[in-house]
Amino acid sequence: MTTVRAPGVWKRSANLRIGFLYLLPSIILFAVFLFYPMIRTIYLSFFLTDQNGNAAVSVGFENYSYLLTSPAFLNSMKATGLFVLYTVPVGIILALFFALLANEKLKGIGFFRTMYSSTMGISVAASSVIWLFLFHPSVGVFNRILLVLDFPQIQWLLDPEWALVSIAISTIWMNTGFSFLILLGGLQNIDEHLYESSRIDGAGYFYRLRRITIPMLSPTLFFIITISLINAFQTFGQIDILTKGGPSQSTNLIVYSIYREAFINYQFGTASAQAVILFIIILVVTLLQFKLVERKVHYQ
Amino acid sequence: MRDSTLKKVWIYFLLTVTSFLVFFPVLYAFMISFMSGSEILQGRFFPEAFNFDNYAKVFDRLPLFKYLLNSFVVSLTVMVGQLAVCSLAAYAFVFIPFKGRDLVFFLFISTMMIPWEATMIPNFFTIQKLDWLNTYQGMSLPFFALAFGTFLLRQHFKTIPKELQEASQIAGLSRFAFFWKVILPVSKTSLVTLGAYGFLTTWNMYLWPLLITTNSSVRTVQIGLKQLQSQEISTDWGVVMAGVIVVIIPTLLLLFIGQKQLQKGLSQGALK
Amino acid sequence: MKKVELIDVSKSYDKQVDVISNIDVTIEPGEFFVLVGPSGCGKSTMLRMIAGLEEITGGIIEIGGKRANHLSPDKRDLSMVFQNYALYPHLTVQQNITFGLDVKKVKKAVQAERANEVAEMLGLTGYLKRKPRELSGGQRQRVALARAIVSEAPICLMDEPLSNLDAKLRAHMRMEIRRIQRKLGITMIYVTHDQVEAMTMGDRIMILHEGKIQQVGKPIDIYNYPANPFVATFIGSPPMNICPARAEPTKSGVFVEDTIHVPLNEEQLVASSARSLLAGIRPEHIKPLVSGTESGNRIQVVVTNVEILGNETVFSFQIGQREWMAKWSGQWDIAIGDHVPILLSSEYFCVFDEETGELIRKPEGLEHLSIAKEVIL
Repeated sequence: MTTVRAPGVWKRSANLRIGFLYLLPSIILFAVFLFYPMIRTIYLSFFLTDQNGNAAVSVGFENYSYLLTSPAFLNSMKATGLFVLYTVPVGIILALFFALLANEKLKGIGFFRTMYSSTMGISVAASSVIWLFLFHPSVGVFNRILLVLDFPQIQWLLDPEWALVSIAISTIWMNTGFSFLILLGGLQNIDEHLYESSRIDGAGYFYRLRRITIPMLSPTLFFIITISLINAFQTFGQIDILTKGGPSQSTNLIVYSIYREAFINYQFGTASAQAVILFIIILVVTLLQFKLVERKVHYQ
Repeated sequence: MRDSTLKKVWIYFLLTVTSFLVFFPVLYAFMISFMSGSEILQGRFFPEAFNFDNYAKVFDRLPLFKYLLNSFVVSLTVMVGQLAVCSLAAYAFVFIPFKGRDLVFFLFISTMMIPWEATMIPNFFTIQKLDWLNTYQGMSLPFFALAFGTFLLRQHFKTIPKELQEASQIAGLSRFAFFWKVILPVSKTSLVTLGAYGFLTTWNMYLWPLLITTNSSVRTVQIGLKQLQSQEISTDWGVVMAGVIVVIIPTLLLLFIGQKQLQKGLSQGALK
Repeated sequence: MKKVELIDVSKSYDKQVDVISNIDVTIEPGEFFVLVGPSGCGKSTMLRMIAGLEEITGGIIEIGGKRANHLSPDKRDLSMVFQNYALYPHLTVQQNITFGLDVKKVKKAVQAERANEVAEMLGLTGYLKRKPRELSGGQRQRVALARAIVSEAPICLMDEPLSNLDAKLRAHMRMEIRRIQRKLGITMIYVTHDQVEAMTMGDRIMILHEGKIQQVGKPIDIYNYPANPFVATFIGSPPMNICPARAEPTKSGVFVEDTIHVPLNEEQLVASSARSLLAGIRPEHIKPLVSGTESGNRIQVVVTNVEILGNETVFSFQIGQREWMAKWSGQWDIAIGDHVPILLSSEYFCVFDEETGELIRKPEGLEHLSIAKEVIL
């Protein structure tokens, strides 16, 4: 016998079988807790449901048409949009500013880095409770400062004009730590030689910032912008503790709205329709980000 | 060189002012946690004395020990679960070539686009049907699989030379033994990063425990804080802040110790 | 000690073109066998096929007389040293050395004993407790070597083990590896792209090019009688001068660049008739024209480049369209632009068939010096 016997299908597929074995835990968990519920959510969004979340009456797109004409939901969408607009740009610029400061090679810089990143270690619930106190109409710090400066007092969380802004301020603070850490990591990945060669060319600080730092940091910026956008759309904890969606629905952001519709009003059908809309928004935002930034981002 | 001294002073000034502002809320909460009601009303920054009355009270009014323990159990479980599930998947993505692997990888990427909140309603019913409300498994199991964690580990595994695998093959090491005895020890740093990240995010989780805990049996400290705040509001801020400080100390410590590691690891997993 | 036999082995990826084809070779027990060729010639792939790290798609591999086509690497009774050493970064030198023994559940005491023995042989005794990252490149290389030796496998495969070392250390390790191989008597299959390593280390060498065997044989035979122009230019530095030649049956020989006449015998004339030909001569066979020289093709050339290396002098010159090189021993006072009379003895020329690459005429009259004959004892 001089011919080579080809190994059987069983043996040739060994890698496939073993590979899947290693991926199986992830695949099962994703299937059960992500893909199935996503499909189920889409399914439920076309139904009216009973108290136990079972589909009862098929209503087609009625849940959606109801939502898109409901002033409450439109208000919630508007609030969410405004909230994203308030938090994302300011949050990232602030974090970038901190990261640039903390990237200087100075004595004791580690201490400052720890301070800037500290909010990452503080939960949404704890932060919200702290800010609840800071915003307190009489004993809160903000109104005390206003009092000292002889400005009129502000009902931070109780005034529909101010509530969303207040929530945005506290959210920016909460997210600073994470954005800071990521951006600092990005800054430290930039090749030192680039700065050295530009220094030899006599470039000033802001020239270097514009021509080297920002372009080289763009992948990191892109990442943190995407994450911040997604996070902003998913805001829940601070609403639940600080305002419960009020006053007069001004802070009823979409996830809080879904939560209330589902677990307080037991309207799982319309809640699911809202969840699908949230999913679509995030999908579009992510895809747009990728498309848009793919062309502009400078990758090393 | 006077120019650079001036610049240094300026930077130190900015660093000090801004980092104080960032840390101020926490520092203030810490101070409040030692104050009596009347001190708080006076609007002072430093308490008259550092007495632990408020801390005693908060443990008195809430089963805070139980909550802390629950948070620890859930966070550790998720941490270990994530490390196990993600490292197995990352190992397959790097060291076991098979047809269709790219497709599965794409499937993993796509999970990043599904916001968890969009799936919470069916997930709640799944847990309810499994009779897992108020259980540790209900709190932790849904979070074991994590695309981000898989990517982070995959990035690190990819830097391990393939020859290591071949040398092990010649030595007669089985695939799993190679994973267990070589890959995991070699990747200690990124496992620590992912572990810290998993612990931190689970400890701070809010919405899911709010949904699936109805009594104090597995309730976590975050929900405890909400309870405390709604009980004590406008009456005893000192006690509430004592609770806050107790809750944030473990994660702040973890962050302070692992800040450098976390920053390196996260930005590595995020990019490339 | 075991023999390794490859019978008509080939390899292709995704049923595309063969990256390796028709490999037929027997590697004898205890032999130091070198696979050499330019990068991408398939030599590493071949080694990995022998190791069982790559599937073979055609032919048979036999190890120690037993078919090994689908045997897993650990069942083939061999050890391997990798180019980047593949040391486990989290283990100490000692743990690295005994890793394979540990897998095979050898007793701890035996492991330690064998590790010490090997460490002593390679001068690693003082480093057993260190981690690989605390070692120099040369030391890491020794650990990789130690790991291969300690397994006591009868066959050892090495994939460019010296390419990450500096030149001095490389020369030293060449001798050391050769010494250890002789001492242990193992069968060694050694891959390199460096023809010096191949020449100095191998009992036999195999030259691979584009996945095909070019020549197998003793280093000196390959140097003297290269089977084709590729081998002729790959082995030897500077490479053999190769240029087109034209057969002239009437003059019973060939003309190189229309000026140099190389005679052929009957048989060679038949083989070369109506073929396009190449002729080649090694640089050291181009001799200076000194007084008293009688026969041979004398030419006057213009020097275009000179390298004086202390013990030898290499210079280039133009003949026809091509640049040739000559290597003379000793230090010669030559400058660019000088006119130098040289002697091209026709006996030293190789003649190849240009299409098939076949060697039609072997060079003759090569010097073989032997101590017994030349040295006065």
